[in-house]
Amino acid sequence: MTFSPDLEARFARLLESYPPGRRRSALIPMLMYAQDEVGAVTGEVVEEVARRCGVTPLQVDEVVSYYSMLHRQPQGKYHVQVCTNISCLLRGGDKLYEQASRKLGIGHKETTADGRFSLEEVECIGACSWAPAIQVNYDFHHDMTPEKLDKLLASLEKIQ
Amino acid sequence: MPYNDPSPLEVRILTRRFGLPDSASLDTYLAHDGFQGFERALKLKPEEIIEEVKLSHLRGRGGAGFPAGLKWSFVPRSSPKPKYIVANADESEPGTCKDRLLMEYDPHQLLEGMLIAALAVDAHAGYIYIRGEYRYLIEILDRAIEEARARGYLGRNILGSGFDFEVYTHTGAGAYECGEESALLESLEGKRGVPRIRPPFPAVAGAFGCPTVLNNVETFCAVPYILREGGAAFAALGTPKNGGTRLFCLSGHVNRPGVYELPMGFNLLRMIHEVGGGVWKGKKLKAVIPGGSSCPVLKAGECDLPMDYDSLARAGSMLGSGGVVVMDEDTCMVKVALRIMRFYAHESCGWCIPCREGTMWLRKLLQRFHDGGGTRADIGLIGDVAKSMLGRTFCPLGDAAAMPTISFVEKFREEFEAHLDGRPCPCERAGEAVAV
Amino acid sequence: MAELVHLTIDGRPVEAAPGTLVIDAAKKLGIEIPAFCYYEGLSLQAACRMCLVEVERAPKLLTACTLPVAEGMVVRTATPAVAQARKSMLELLLTNHPLDCPVCDKGGECELQDMAFRYGVGESRFAETKVHVPEKQFSPVVFFDAPRCILCYRCVRICNEGLGVNALGVVNRGAVSEIAPNRGDHLECDECGACIDICPVGALTSGIYRYHARPWEMEHVGTICTFCSNGCKTTLGVRGNRILRGNNRDRSGVNGEFLCIKGRYAFDFLHHPERLQSPLVRSGGELRPVSWVQALGAVAERFLEARARGGRIGVVGSNRTTNEENYFLQKFARQGLGTGSIDHRRTGDVPALLSALAGRGDALATVADLYTTKAALVVASDLAQQHPLFAFQLRANWRHHHARVYTVTRGPVREDQYSVQALRVPPGGELEAVESLAPALRKEPELVILFGGGIRGAAVQRLVAFGDSLGIPVKYVCLVDYSNSRGAFDMGLAPELLPGYQPAPNPGLTLAEMLAAPDLDVLWVVGANPLREASLAAEKAFVVVQDLFLTETAARADVVLPAASAYEKAGTVTNTCGEVQRLRPALKVMGVKSDLEIFGLLARAMRLELGGARPEPVFEEIRANVPGYGVPAAVLATGGAAQTCPAAAPEIPPRPDLVRPASDTLFTSGTLGRYSKVLSSVLEFPGELYKGAGE
Repeated sequence: MTFSPDLEARFARLLESYPPGRRRSALIPMLMYAQDEVGAVTGEVVEEVARRCGVTPLQVDEVVSYYSMLHRQPQGKYHVQVCTNISCLLRGGDKLYEQASRKLGIGHKETTADGRFSLEEVECIGACSWAPAIQVNYDFHHDMTPEKLDKLLASLEKIQ
Repeated sequence: MPYNDPSPLEVRILTRRFGLPDSASLDTYLAHDGFQGFERALKLKPEEIIEEVKLSHLRGRGGAGFPAGLKWSFVPRSSPKPKYIVANADESEPGTCKDRLLMEYDPHQLLEGMLIAALAVDAHAGYIYIRGEYRYLIEILDRAIEEARARGYLGRNILGSGFDFEVYTHTGAGAYECGEESALLESLEGKRGVPRIRPPFPAVAGAFGCPTVLNNVETFCAVPYILREGGAAFAALGTPKNGGTRLFCLSGHVNRPGVYELPMGFNLLRMIHEVGGGVWKGKKLKAVIPGGSSCPVLKAGECDLPMDYDSLARAGSMLGSGGVVVMDEDTCMVKVALRIMRFYAHESCGWCIPCREGTMWLRKLLQRFHDGGGTRADIGLIGDVAKSMLGRTFCPLGDAAAMPTISFVEKFREEFEAHLDGRPCPCERAGEAVAV
Repeated sequence: MAELVHLTIDGRPVEAAPGTLVIDAAKKLGIEIPAFCYYEGLSLQAACRMCLVEVERAPKLLTACTLPVAEGMVVRTATPAVAQARKSMLELLLTNHPLDCPVCDKGGECELQDMAFRYGVGESRFAETKVHVPEKQFSPVVFFDAPRCILCYRCVRICNEGLGVNALGVVNRGAVSEIAPNRGDHLECDECGACIDICPVGALTSGIYRYHARPWEMEHVGTICTFCSNGCKTTLGVRGNRILRGNNRDRSGVNGEFLCIKGRYAFDFLHHPERLQSPLVRSGGELRPVSWVQALGAVAERFLEARARGGRIGVVGSNRTTNEENYFLQKFARQGLGTGSIDHRRTGDVPALLSALAGRGDALATVADLYTTKAALVVASDLAQQHPLFAFQLRANWRHHHARVYTVTRGPVREDQYSVQALRVPPGGELEAVESLAPALRKEPELVILFGGGIRGAAVQRLVAFGDSLGIPVKYVCLVDYSNSRGAFDMGLAPELLPGYQPAPNPGLTLAEMLAAPDLDVLWVVGANPLREASLAAEKAFVVVQDLFLTETAARADVVLPAASAYEKAGTVTNTCGEVQRLRPALKVMGVKSDLEIFGLLARAMRLELGGARPEPVFEEIRANVPGYGVPAAVLATGGAAQTCPAAAPEIPPRPDLVRPASDTLFTSGTLGRYSKVLSSVLEFPGELYKGAGE
């Protein structure tokens, strides 16, 4: 399978980053970047990345199923990740998660019917001092409040 | 200043460039002492560099607190194998959010730290292993690396010294376990983040089976200052055997949560009250997790102590990764214990029996307990199961899960007892309890 | 030899070589340190934490499976802390284990049961809900029950490290980690079942054996696999005159615990519905069942008649019958029927090797040598397909001793994964390729050369000459195809050879000549199926066939005598390395007789004096008369393998033209393999997986 020229260039750089004979090292970054472009680690991505990294598809699958950010099924256009770990919990992260779930009408690791949103209750995302925090795709939203969350979801709803 | 206002009590060594215009740029870095540590290191013999780091009493900022200079000295310089420098930027201990800032606002400081380490052990390639969630940092670091290469601070023949060093960023993909150094190396090699059997330690057989210096981001970031100002100067900032400053991540129920650079040995109560502005909403302090979620909890009465490795160890806890989580009087400790165990059960790699089964058991047990289905015998059982993991797991994750649990049960037994026999959680108003 | 390290375990001094693991050092003292994940020969895991021991001056308990001995080390395995650690590990392990022992195949031979019994506590404090995951079928022979799995990773390691197949892995993490097959929901692999046998619990179970028996109900009969020529010991689990399983968990035999799908599962041909259980005689153009007396009488009559009028009699022996049967058959043919026309389907040029070696018995490699030799050269053979034990041995040698392996094959082979040089050559080009390796091979301290049926006649002589030219000790293995292909040659099932490779005074027809002779009067085929690929020119010939099934050849016969398989009889077979091992009968099948018994009855009916037709006296005769077979009887009697070293007489001209390797795969085995439903049920049969594999 082919990827965008940018991604191909990134893969090429990746493969040069590791010592000779160590192209397997590119496996996890490749999967992450491929997932960003394709939307999920599809069977086709597994086969392709396995081939490029010189491993078996099973070895790729072992890795994909291990890491929580890699997923075989496509997620929503906006993947809303609400941290409920200790620092966020103490400042209402759990309530924010409930709120998001109610608003979007979906639960943990579910996607809305229109594919716009998916929701995940995530572990610590490294924003403890600016809790509660949310990540939408790779973007951080710090010091969240119920009002800010409503606004955020509404703005994402509007983006064409 | 990023994210939170600085505190006048801070001693800003690693964070001194934070808040400067375009602080991540090489120009800003060079205008504020950038690469001077490296230039001094160039004049030293490798063992002199390591000696300087030893003198600084810099201890690993990832959590274990192992003396950095000693760790570097274990690398067999004479080995015919290539050596590697790996920065652990997998910051994922709950309560910790400092490395993120160091990379975002001063990436060249990290690069210089790694470069000095490379010089000390004769490494020519380095990797920054960044947790997947910090994608934006990869862009920042890649830009910094490009900039440094273009100006001769990385790449071949650095500053005409004849020394070569390349740095690459490498993204993780969501696994707390990869913060453990050998699991990180497995992940760097494209595998599941399962730790390795140690020994051999990474200094001897690390990345790609080669000698490797593997340190936390903050540890590397302290190195340029140490080389520039001398190890003794850094050591003098802290307490004996606990050199320098460190970044504390104050979170939870305080008025001014934030990341603050304070000298080692800074008093915890002062940190909460004077740096953090006190417990929020005028509430009383109940407990503090002093170094990230894997550290045993301190009761309010135990918090009048200096924040350094040895003082925390004497208090039965750990300085850990600098995540100071403050809890007010209304906090349900059963709920906190449960939330912490949920995390470790989620993050257990599954390799060894006690961690895999123990975290799963404790998660279920604490959930039942929190939901009101506990019995008196269960209180003892929680501690027993945690103790059956303690010191027996393949890697420190088992201890990380067991230690706080044991401390919660031992220090807040009355709260566990208050949950018995289906009574609603006494810390939460009826009907408001949220399943964790 | 490095100096020994001295340590104390439980107060008892022990010395061990540097690098020895404490768990093994303890074993020397008879002290058991329990473990699930530690498995000799496989990589270390330190995952099960059962082997935690106290070590003086260590702040916490250490895993004995990863701890090398050190001078002055003091280890304690019987302290309260250790006992408590073991108890808690077992309690933790059992939290999610389903405890369905009453219906679990492993019940009674389960390591988790044994450990819980010996080191565990009697009660569980786990009161939460267990995780249930439905059982999965990975292949016709492999089932997986995830909740029973304790994640010791033995299966993953035996498959990936032991076999080099890489068909099993671990997916997910934490408490939901699970063993997974390489094709998403199913396996595509060798189907060897090693993962099942190595599983300490009932997580991996055999599609053939599951839910059929409790282990203690079976009798366990160790005998030699009847398929390929490697000579693996398979221990058959027999209950009620049925074989229920095959394995080799006691690691007896040349193969240790190794078995391929054939040795472990393909015994099912025995119970195939088409198995012949009554003699058949052709009357009115059709084969009809008759009594043994009638059938033997009919054969004796025609044999006597043909001999009396000097008719042309051809005898075809088998690649699977015992040495005793082969020896007796050639004696029957030569002395009893007065014919020199005796042959078998030759699958490798053993006589050429023996004649090239001219009596150098020490130049014949054993199976054990493949595990210890410093270097090996594989020529014209796909070991993983055709000689799976040898593939396993060489790989183990590479894993454990860094053996240097070279391959010269026509296509990719599994040994390429680790060989130092892999050369691809078209058939016929092997010798040039081999000779091009001379500079590298000369630097090896020793070498074992294994060569397939494609190397024959002059090529074998050239290969041995090449070996001699290297100036290092070289041993050889001439690879043949079936369980007693080697013994067929050794016992003189060839017109030009008497037993022990002595020249036959009056060589008769070869197999091809017999089939082509229009005036053949009698064709007696024992355990072979020549008419599968050829036709019989002599339309009027009287054809007698001894076999298990109505093969193409049997279908043409005038009399068919139902024969016992190797699993139903005693005797000896010789593997491709020349190692003799004993068969033990596992069961009886109604209506059949062993070929040797049939020979004896026929001899009696014909009033021939050929000696007793029982395995023991015939083997004594072989030991006494066949050059190279004077092996120590005690070795065989105790289930061992004794290497023979016959020397071919130099004046026998090689007959490379007669060698026709069968080119079987892991999932085929001549005519016999067709009757194993297991072999033909796996996805890989005939399968894309191995198409295009090398010779």
